[in-house]
Amino acid sequence: MRELSLHILDIVQNSIKAEADLIIIDIEADFTADRLSVTVTDDGMGMSKELLEKVTDPFTTTRKTRNVGMGLPLFKMAAEASGGEFDISSKEGMGTVVKASFGISSIDRVPLGELEETMGILLMGSPDRDFIMNYQIRTQSGLKEFNFDTREIKEELDDIPIDEYEIISSIKTYIKENIKETNGGLVL
Amino acid sequence: MKSIADINAIREKMQKVLGTRDAQDDADTRIVIGMATCGIAAGARPVFTAFLEEAAKRNLGNVKVTQSGCLGMCKFEPMAQVYIPGKEVVTYVKLDAEAAKRIVSEHIVNGNVVAEYTLDIE
Ligand SMILES: Nc1ncnc2c1ncn2[C@@H]1O[C@H](COP(=O)(O)OP(=O)(O)OP(=O)(O)O)[C@@H](O)[C@H]1O
Ligand SMILES: [Mg+2]
Repeated sequence: MRELSLHILDIVQNSIKAEADLIIIDIEADFTADRLSVTVTDDGMGMSKELLEKVTDPFTTTRKTRNVGMGLPLFKMAAEASGGEFDISSKEGMGTVVKASFGISSIDRVPLGELEETMGILLMGSPDRDFIMNYQIRTQSGLKEFNFDTREIKEELDDIPIDEYEIISSIKTYIKENIKETNGGLVL
Repeated sequence: MKSIADINAIREKMQKVLGTRDAQDDADTRIVIGMATCGIAAGARPVFTAFLEEAAKRNLGNVKVTQSGCLGMCKFEPMAQVYIPGKEVVTYVKLDAEAAKRIVSEHIVNGNVVAEYTLDIE
Protein backbone atom coordinates (compact mmCIF):
# COMPACT_ATOMS: atom_id res chain seq x y z
CA MET A 1 0.00 0.00 0.00
CA ARG A 2 1.14 3.50 -0.76
CA GLU A 3 0.21 5.00 2.61
CA LEU A 4 -0.01 3.77 6.19
CA SER A 5 -3.43 5.41 6.32
CA LEU A 6 -4.56 2.91 3.66
CA HIS A 7 -3.36 0.05 5.84
CA ILE A 8 -5.28 1.60 8.72
CA LEU A 9 -8.42 1.74 6.59
CA ASP A 10 -7.94 -1.91 5.69
CA ILE A 11 -7.18 -3.11 9.23
CA VAL A 12 -10.17 -1.23 10.62
CA GLN A 13 -12.35 -2.91 7.97
CA ASN A 14 -11.45 -6.17 9.72
CA SER A 15 -12.71 -4.74 13.02
CA ILE A 16 -15.92 -3.66 11.33
CA LYS A 17 -16.37 -7.13 9.85
CA ALA A 18 -15.82 -8.51 13.35
CA GLU A 19 -18.77 -6.38 14.49
CA ALA A 20 -16.85 -4.10 16.79
CA ASP A 21 -18.84 -1.24 18.30
CA LEU A 22 -15.83 0.82 19.31
CA ILE A 23 -12.60 0.98 17.36
CA ILE A 24 -9.60 2.84 18.72
CA ILE A 25 -6.78 3.94 16.44
CA ASP A 26 -3.62 5.05 18.23
CA ILE A 27 -0.94 6.72 16.18
CA GLU A 28 2.19 7.61 18.09
CA ALA A 29 5.23 9.13 16.49
CA ASP A 30 8.25 9.32 18.75
CA PHE A 31 10.94 11.28 16.96
CA THR A 32 13.32 10.85 19.90
CA ALA A 33 13.29 7.08 19.29
CA ASP A 34 12.70 7.20 15.51
CA ARG A 35 9.57 5.12 16.02
CA LEU A 36 6.07 5.43 14.63
CA SER A 37 3.50 3.02 15.99
CA VAL A 38 -0.01 2.33 14.82
CA THR A 39 -2.38 0.35 17.02
CA VAL A 40 -5.95 -0.67 16.19
CA THR A 41 -7.96 -1.94 19.14
CA ASP A 42 -11.49 -3.26 18.75
CA ASP A 43 -14.18 -4.87 20.86
CA GLY A 44 -15.32 -7.19 18.08
CA MET A 45 -15.76 -10.97 18.10
CA GLY A 46 -12.03 -11.73 18.24
CA MET A 47 -10.29 -14.81 16.88
CA SER A 48 -9.64 -18.37 17.97
CA LYS A 49 -6.06 -19.35 18.84
CA GLU A 50 -5.83 -21.44 15.68
CA LEU A 51 -6.88 -18.62 13.40
CA LEU A 52 -4.67 -16.13 15.23
CA GLU A 53 -1.62 -18.31 14.60
CA LYS A 54 -2.44 -18.57 10.92
CA VAL A 55 -3.06 -14.91 10.22
CA THR A 56 0.31 -13.81 11.60
CA ASP A 57 2.29 -16.02 9.25
CA PRO A 58 2.49 -14.43 5.82
CA PHE A 59 3.75 -17.64 4.20
CA THR A 60 0.65 -19.66 4.94
CA THR A 61 -1.48 -16.89 3.57
CA THR A 62 -3.06 -17.47 0.23
CA ARG A 63 -6.13 -15.79 -1.13
CA LYS A 64 -7.66 -19.20 -1.74
CA THR A 65 -7.63 -20.20 1.91
CA ARG A 66 -10.83 -19.29 3.56
CA ASN A 67 -10.57 -16.88 6.49
CA VAL A 68 -7.07 -15.87 5.60
CA GLY A 69 -6.45 -12.88 3.44
CA MET A 70 -3.94 -10.22 2.56
CA GLY A 71 -4.62 -7.35 4.94
CA LEU A 72 -2.70 -8.44 8.03
CA PRO A 73 0.30 -9.96 6.19
CA LEU A 74 0.69 -6.78 4.13
CA PHE A 75 0.61 -4.62 7.25
CA LYS A 76 3.17 -6.86 8.92
CA MET A 77 5.46 -6.73 5.91
CA ALA A 78 5.22 -2.94 5.74
CA ALA A 79 6.27 -2.69 9.40
CA GLU A 80 9.14 -5.13 9.14
CA ALA A 81 10.44 -3.60 5.90
CA SER A 82 10.98 -0.33 7.77
CA GLY A 83 12.77 -1.98 10.68
CA GLY A 84 9.66 -2.09 12.83
CA GLU A 85 7.64 -4.83 14.44
CA PHE A 86 4.19 -6.32 14.20
CA ASP A 87 2.05 -7.83 16.89
CA ILE A 88 -1.50 -9.10 17.06
CA SER A 89 -3.43 -10.36 20.03
CA SER A 90 -7.01 -11.45 20.16
CA LYS A 91 -9.51 -13.13 22.40
CA GLU A 92 -12.71 -14.70 21.23
CA GLY A 93 -15.68 -12.69 22.37
CA MET A 94 -13.44 -9.91 23.66
CA GLY A 95 -11.72 -8.20 20.77
CA THR A 96 -8.49 -7.75 18.90
CA VAL A 97 -5.42 -5.53 19.09
CA VAL A 98 -3.22 -5.08 16.03
CA LYS A 99 -0.01 -3.16 16.51
CA ALA A 100 2.65 -2.26 14.00
CA SER A 101 5.68 -0.06 14.47
CA PHE A 102 7.82 1.61 11.85
CA GLY A 103 11.20 3.28 11.62
CA ILE A 104 10.28 6.90 10.97
CA SER A 105 13.43 7.67 9.00
CA SER A 106 13.57 4.38 7.08
CA ILE A 107 13.44 4.87 3.32
CA ASP A 108 11.29 1.74 3.19
CA ARG A 109 8.56 3.29 5.29
CA VAL A 110 5.58 4.52 3.31
CA PRO A 111 4.19 7.91 4.34
CA LEU A 112 1.38 8.11 6.86
CA GLY A 113 -0.79 9.77 4.23
CA GLU A 114 -4.27 11.18 4.41
CA LEU A 115 -5.75 10.05 7.70
CA GLU A 116 -8.74 12.32 7.20
CA GLU A 117 -9.67 10.41 4.04
CA THR A 118 -9.47 7.12 5.89
CA MET A 119 -11.63 8.44 8.72
CA GLY A 120 -14.13 9.92 6.25
CA ILE A 121 -14.62 6.60 4.51
CA LEU A 122 -14.90 4.70 7.78
CA LEU A 123 -17.56 7.11 9.05
CA MET A 124 -19.49 6.91 5.78
CA GLY A 125 -19.39 3.13 5.83
CA SER A 126 -20.14 2.63 9.51
CA PRO A 127 -21.97 5.64 10.91
CA ASP A 128 -23.42 3.60 13.77
CA ARG A 129 -20.08 2.45 15.14
CA ASP A 130 -17.78 4.63 17.16
CA PHE A 131 -14.21 5.53 16.36
CA ILE A 132 -11.50 7.10 18.44
CA MET A 133 -8.28 8.33 16.97
CA ASN A 134 -5.47 9.37 19.30
CA TYR A 135 -2.68 11.08 17.45
CA GLN A 136 0.57 11.83 19.30
CA ILE A 137 3.85 13.40 18.36
CA ARG A 138 6.80 13.26 20.70
CA THR A 139 9.91 15.33 20.06
CA GLN A 140 12.77 16.73 22.15
CA SER A 141 10.51 19.62 23.05
CA GLY A 142 7.72 17.45 24.41
CA LEU A 143 4.45 15.76 23.58
CA LYS A 144 1.68 17.11 21.37
CA GLU A 145 -1.56 15.33 20.73
CA PHE A 146 -4.90 15.41 18.98
CA ASN A 147 -7.81 13.23 20.07
CA PHE A 148 -10.81 12.54 17.91
CA ASP A 149 -13.89 10.75 19.25
CA THR A 150 -17.08 10.20 17.23
CA ARG A 151 -19.11 9.87 20.43
CA GLU A 152 -18.43 13.53 21.21
CA ILE A 153 -19.24 14.59 17.67
CA LYS A 154 -22.48 12.65 17.61
CA GLU A 155 -23.53 14.37 20.78
CA GLU A 156 -22.96 17.77 19.17
CA LEU A 157 -24.83 16.70 16.06
CA ASP A 158 -27.95 15.73 17.96
CA ASP A 159 -30.20 13.89 15.50
CA ILE A 160 -28.27 14.76 12.34
CA PRO A 161 -26.63 11.63 10.91
CA ILE A 162 -22.85 11.77 10.95
CA ASP A 163 -22.65 10.30 7.43
CA GLU A 164 -24.18 13.32 5.69
CA TYR A 165 -21.79 14.70 3.08
CA GLU A 166 -21.51 18.17 4.69
CA ILE A 167 -20.76 16.65 8.08
CA ILE A 168 -18.14 14.26 6.73
CA SER A 169 -16.52 17.11 4.81
CA SER A 170 -16.18 19.28 7.86
CA ILE A 171 -14.94 16.37 9.97
CA LYS A 172 -12.27 15.69 7.34
CA THR A 173 -11.16 19.32 7.38
CA TYR A 174 -11.16 19.27 11.18
CA ILE A 175 -8.95 16.18 11.33
CA LYS A 176 -6.61 17.46 8.63
CA GLU A 177 -6.08 20.84 10.29
CA ASN A 178 -5.51 19.38 13.72
CA ILE A 179 -3.01 16.84 12.47
CA LYS A 180 -1.16 19.55 10.63
CA GLU A 181 -1.07 21.64 13.78
CA THR A 182 0.03 18.68 15.91
CA ASN A 183 2.79 17.86 13.43
CA GLY A 184 4.09 21.40 13.73
CA GLY A 185 5.95 21.18 10.43
CA LEU A 186 7.23 17.63 10.89
CA VAL A 187 6.54 15.28 8.03
CA LEU A 188 5.21 11.78 8.54
CA MET B 1 -6.99 22.59 19.13
CA LYS B 2 -9.03 23.69 16.15
CA SER B 3 -12.73 23.01 16.47
CA ILE B 4 -15.12 21.74 13.84
CA ALA B 5 -16.09 24.70 11.69
CA ASP B 6 -19.49 26.04 12.71
CA ILE B 7 -20.99 22.75 13.74
CA ASN B 8 -24.09 24.62 14.83
CA ALA B 9 -24.49 26.27 11.44
CA ILE B 10 -24.03 22.92 9.72
CA ARG B 11 -26.54 21.28 12.03
CA GLU B 12 -29.17 23.92 11.30
CA LYS B 13 -28.57 23.74 7.56
CA MET B 14 -28.77 19.94 7.66
CA GLN B 15 -32.01 19.99 9.61
CA LYS B 16 -33.61 21.98 6.78
CA VAL B 17 -32.15 19.78 4.06
CA LEU B 18 -33.25 16.58 5.76
CA GLY B 19 -36.74 17.96 6.27
CA THR B 20 -37.26 18.28 2.52
CA ARG B 21 -35.56 15.08 1.44
CA ASP B 22 -37.82 12.30 2.77
CA ALA B 23 -40.15 12.20 -0.23
CA GLN B 24 -37.53 11.12 -2.78
CA ASP B 25 -35.69 8.68 -0.53
CA ASP B 26 -36.98 5.43 -2.01
CA ALA B 27 -35.94 5.53 -5.66
CA ASP B 28 -32.25 5.79 -4.84
CA THR B 29 -29.40 5.33 -7.24
CA ARG B 30 -26.55 3.47 -5.56
CA ILE B 31 -22.85 3.43 -6.33
CA VAL B 32 -21.10 0.58 -4.54
CA ILE B 33 -17.31 0.60 -4.35
CA GLY B 34 -15.25 -2.47 -3.40
CA MET B 35 -13.29 -1.56 -0.27
CA ALA B 36 -11.46 -4.75 0.73
CA THR B 37 -7.66 -5.05 0.82
CA CYS B 38 -7.39 -5.58 -2.93
CA GLY B 39 -9.57 -2.56 -3.66
CA ILE B 40 -7.83 -0.28 -1.17
CA ALA B 41 -4.39 -1.30 -2.46
CA ALA B 42 -5.45 -0.60 -6.04
CA GLY B 43 -6.76 2.89 -5.24
CA ALA B 44 -10.39 2.53 -4.13
CA ARG B 45 -10.15 5.29 -1.51
CA PRO B 46 -9.70 8.24 -3.92
CA VAL B 47 -12.26 6.65 -6.23
CA PHE B 48 -14.79 6.57 -3.40
CA THR B 49 -14.04 10.20 -2.53
CA ALA B 50 -14.36 11.28 -6.17
CA PHE B 51 -17.79 9.63 -6.53
CA LEU B 52 -18.91 11.25 -3.30
CA GLU B 53 -17.67 14.71 -4.17
CA GLU B 54 -18.94 14.69 -7.74
CA ALA B 55 -22.40 13.58 -6.61
CA ALA B 56 -22.41 16.33 -3.97
CA LYS B 57 -21.13 18.96 -6.41
CA ARG B 58 -24.02 18.15 -8.74
CA ASN B 59 -26.50 18.12 -5.89
CA LEU B 60 -27.54 14.55 -6.58
CA GLY B 61 -29.31 14.05 -3.27
CA ASN B 62 -30.81 10.72 -4.35
CA VAL B 63 -27.44 9.11 -5.11
CA LYS B 64 -25.95 6.99 -2.36
CA VAL B 65 -22.25 6.17 -2.43
CA THR B 66 -21.57 3.03 -0.40
CA GLN B 67 -18.91 0.36 0.17
CA SER B 68 -18.78 -3.38 -0.15
CA GLY B 69 -16.18 -6.05 0.53
CA CYS B 70 -14.16 -7.91 -2.07
CA LEU B 71 -16.12 -8.25 -5.31
CA GLY B 72 -14.09 -11.35 -6.15
CA MET B 73 -12.05 -10.05 -9.05
CA CYS B 74 -9.03 -8.46 -7.44
CA LYS B 75 -7.12 -7.74 -10.64
CA PHE B 76 -9.94 -5.51 -11.88
CA GLU B 77 -9.91 -3.27 -8.81
CA PRO B 78 -10.78 -0.51 -8.12
CA MET B 79 -14.27 -1.60 -9.03
CA ALA B 80 -17.69 -0.06 -8.63
CA GLN B 81 -21.24 -1.12 -9.38
CA VAL B 82 -23.94 1.32 -10.33
CA TYR B 83 -27.54 0.50 -9.43
CA ILE B 84 -30.16 2.70 -11.03
CA PRO B 85 -33.77 1.74 -10.27
CA GLY B 86 -35.31 -0.02 -13.27
CA LYS B 87 -31.97 -0.45 -15.05
CA GLU B 88 -29.49 -3.29 -15.24
CA VAL B 89 -26.54 -3.17 -12.85
CA VAL B 90 -23.38 -1.83 -14.47
CA THR B 91 -19.99 -3.02 -13.19
CA TYR B 92 -17.07 -0.70 -13.71
CA VAL B 93 -13.43 -1.82 -13.39
CA LYS B 94 -9.95 -0.34 -13.09
CA LEU B 95 -11.26 3.01 -12.01
CA ASP B 96 -9.53 6.19 -10.96
CA ALA B 97 -10.86 9.51 -9.69
CA GLU B 98 -11.29 10.92 -13.22
CA ALA B 99 -13.27 7.87 -14.31
CA ALA B 100 -15.48 8.19 -11.24
CA LYS B 101 -16.32 11.79 -12.13
CA ARG B 102 -17.15 10.79 -15.69
CA ILE B 103 -19.43 7.99 -14.50
CA VAL B 104 -21.37 10.46 -12.39
CA SER B 105 -21.80 13.00 -15.19
CA GLU B 106 -22.16 10.69 -18.20
CA HIS B 107 -23.92 7.67 -16.72
CA ILE B 108 -25.81 8.83 -13.68
CA VAL B 109 -26.77 12.30 -14.88
CA ASN B 110 -27.05 11.71 -18.64
CA GLY B 111 -27.84 8.00 -18.80
CA ASN B 112 -24.90 6.93 -20.99
CA VAL B 113 -22.83 4.03 -19.67
CA VAL B 114 -19.09 4.84 -19.79
CA ALA B 115 -18.16 1.82 -21.90
CA GLU B 116 -14.40 2.04 -21.64
CA TYR B 117 -14.58 1.16 -17.95
CA THR B 118 -17.22 -1.55 -18.06
CA LEU B 119 -16.28 -5.11 -17.21
CA ASP B 120 -17.21 -6.83 -20.49
CA ILE B 121 -14.71 -4.79 -22.50
CA GLU B 122 -11.81 -6.56 -20.76
N1 LIG C 1 -10.05 -7.38 14.12
C1 LIG C 1 -10.38 -8.64 13.85
N2 LIG C 1 -11.32 -9.28 14.58
C2 LIG C 1 -11.65 -10.57 14.30
N3 LIG C 1 -11.10 -11.29 13.31
C3 LIG C 1 -10.18 -10.71 12.55
C4 LIG C 1 -9.75 -9.36 12.78
N4 LIG C 1 -8.80 -9.06 11.87
C5 LIG C 1 -8.62 -10.15 11.12
N5 LIG C 1 -9.45 -11.15 11.51
C6 LIG C 1 -9.54 -12.49 10.92
O1 LIG C 1 -8.35 -12.73 10.23
C7 LIG C 1 -8.64 -12.99 8.85
C8 LIG C 1 -7.53 -12.43 8.00
O2 LIG C 1 -7.54 -11.00 7.98
P1 LIG C 1 -6.88 -10.25 6.76
O3 LIG C 1 -7.15 -8.80 6.89
O4 LIG C 1 -5.45 -10.65 6.65
O5 LIG C 1 -7.63 -10.83 5.49
P2 LIG C 1 -9.20 -10.70 5.10
O6 LIG C 1 -9.80 -9.55 5.81
O7 LIG C 1 -9.83 -12.03 5.27
O8 LIG C 1 -9.14 -10.42 3.56
P3 LIG C 1 -8.52 -9.13 2.88
O9 LIG C 1 -8.00 -8.26 3.98
O10 LIG C 1 -7.44 -9.64 1.98
O11 LIG C 1 -9.61 -8.45 2.14
C9 LIG C 1 -10.00 -12.37 8.61
O12 LIG C 1 -10.68 -13.01 7.56
C10 LIG C 1 -10.67 -12.61 9.95
O13 LIG C 1 -11.18 -13.93 10.03
MG1 LIG D 1 -8.75 -7.65 5.89
